[in-house]
Amino acid sequence: MTKIECILRPGKLENVKEAVNKFGIHGMTVTQVIGCGLQKGRTEVYRGTEYSINLLPKIKLEMVVPDKDVESVVKLIVEAARTGEIGDGKIFTYKIDNAVRIRTGEKGEEAI
Amino acid sequence: MKNPIVRVVLPAFVLLMTVAAPAWAEEAAQASAGAASIDTGDTAWVLTSAALVMLMTLPGLALFYGGLSRKKNVLSTIMFSFFTMVLISIQWALWGYSLAFGPDTGHIIGGLDWLGLKNVGLEPFSGYSATIPHQAFMIFQMMFAVITPALISGAFAERMRFPAFIAFILLWATFVYDPVAHWVWGVDGWLRNLGALDFAGGTVVHILSGVSGLIACLVLGKRKGYASEPMIPHNLPFTVLGSALLWFGWFGFNAGSALGANGLAAGAFVVTHLATAAAAFSWVVSEWIHHGKPTTLGAASGAVAGLVAITPASGFVEPLPAIIIGLVAGAACYVAVGVVKTRLGYDDALDAFGIHGIGGTWGALATGFFATTAVNPAGADGLFYGNPALLGKQLAAVGASWAVAVVGTFVILKIVGAFTRLCATDEEQDAGLDLTMHGEDAYTDFALSASPFSGAGASVVKSSASEMKPAL
Repeated sequence: MTKIECILRPGKLENVKEAVNKFGIHGMTVTQVIGCGLQKGRTEVYRGTEYSINLLPKIKLEMVVPDKDVESVVKLIVEAARTGEIGDGKIFTYKIDNAVRIRTGEKGEEAI
Repeated sequence: MKNPIVRVVLPAFVLLMTVAAPAWAEEAAQASAGAASIDTGDTAWVLTSAALVMLMTLPGLALFYGGLSRKKNVLSTIMFSFFTMVLISIQWALWGYSLAFGPDTGHIIGGLDWLGLKNVGLEPFSGYSATIPHQAFMIFQMMFAVITPALISGAFAERMRFPAFIAFILLWATFVYDPVAHWVWGVDGWLRNLGALDFAGGTVVHILSGVSGLIACLVLGKRKGYASEPMIPHNLPFTVLGSALLWFGWFGFNAGSALGANGLAAGAFVVTHLATAAAAFSWVVSEWIHHGKPTTLGAASGAVAGLVAITPASGFVEPLPAIIIGLVAGAACYVAVGVVKTRLGYDDALDAFGIHGIGGTWGALATGFFATTAVNPAGADGLFYGNPALLGKQLAAVGASWAVAVVGTFVILKIVGAFTRLCATDEEQDAGLDLTMHGEDAYTDFALSASPFSGAGASVVKSSASEMKPAL
């Protein structure tokens, strides 16, 4: 099993969710995060004073998939999340030891 | 250390009882005497106006300032307004009203004859208002006495310690607000005798609060991290809601100051609205040109600047001059807040001085330019109506108000600072005043209730008294 963790533009979450749902993946965890990378941040002005905001809001989406699906899922996410501009985000994959479904006690790929 | 409740509240309660008891007996006698000359329309309007002005402080100003503060200080900022309402309402009844409006002593201060509202009954007092109960006038004025110190809190928000705040507010109301209110509005007050015009409180309320705010933020010093950490308003919808409630309540403030349901009240209502709209417009346009974006916060701030500026002029000027007063106020306050403050580097946290000090000063001078007896025969003509002398009187009122605000605030803060620390420590500011001063958190849903830590992270402490550090 592999965990796919991606950092996305907040506006791209629905696209990505729809794409992986169509592929047959229904389990995922979504978190609102802030972070920085190549994107330089933005400027906000309050009563004439400028503030540069370096940490920008992003969405972190995590899911665990069977090893055989990793490549296709990553490809789907890239297609669904890309705009071509700086700030599209990143995808990380990790090997997972095990998974347990708490309700039934099922383990491994059965559980995800 | 003895509990602060025992040290502060108990003596205050005893004082209240001593002063109030004879007053109750007096009122009962006056009520039975009846009052023939009360006008029901005037009374209804002034009582309504008193409630409108109350709304300006709570929740108007509390939300306006609360939204501008950071998340960790929002309750502390709201509490400044809330507790000013609590403290000054009682102060006003016990001695404040007597000092401000009581029978004159040397043109400087009211006497002590009306302590505890003794002799302030239900029949009219013709010196101030011949057609409404004296108590209606008193409670209307009380709301002004409340909002003025609450306005100052914008300058020292996010860093003044609560015990020091209580002492400061009570002393400031007694030694700065009450005397100046007497000078300007009291029968035989020296500025009133001089002929300076202040319809609804441009000098008394706005110059005093704004300039005192400037002195307070200079004495307290900057917030930790000022100019290095971003200090961004945490909830602008709060601020917009607050400014809208201020705008709404201000109709009571200005039109209510006519003290009657009459043409003067209608005129004040109209010019108040026009100046406010004009100032919101000019603030937004100024920052649009200066920074490229028209902001919601700019519209809210500009509206308040316009309300401040029209306040002294509202019973003396015609609609078109009101629009000019507003246009100048919005642009001038924007420059004060957005350019001058940054250059000079003082930390007026929520811009009490930039809006009330600058807007109030402009409004007092504008009254000297635009006042006309065509609006109010009891007023005077200004510079543009052929009477330059009025501008001189307005300058005297502005100068006197600035002087007493600067000296009074400085001395009071030095005295309070000798007994208790004024400014929260860096650690207290880091944790936020909500936690360190009040022991609570405004947005508990993020930290506790909706998170997995609600069970593990928090537990009920049965008796926390021994663990809590008293704030004093």
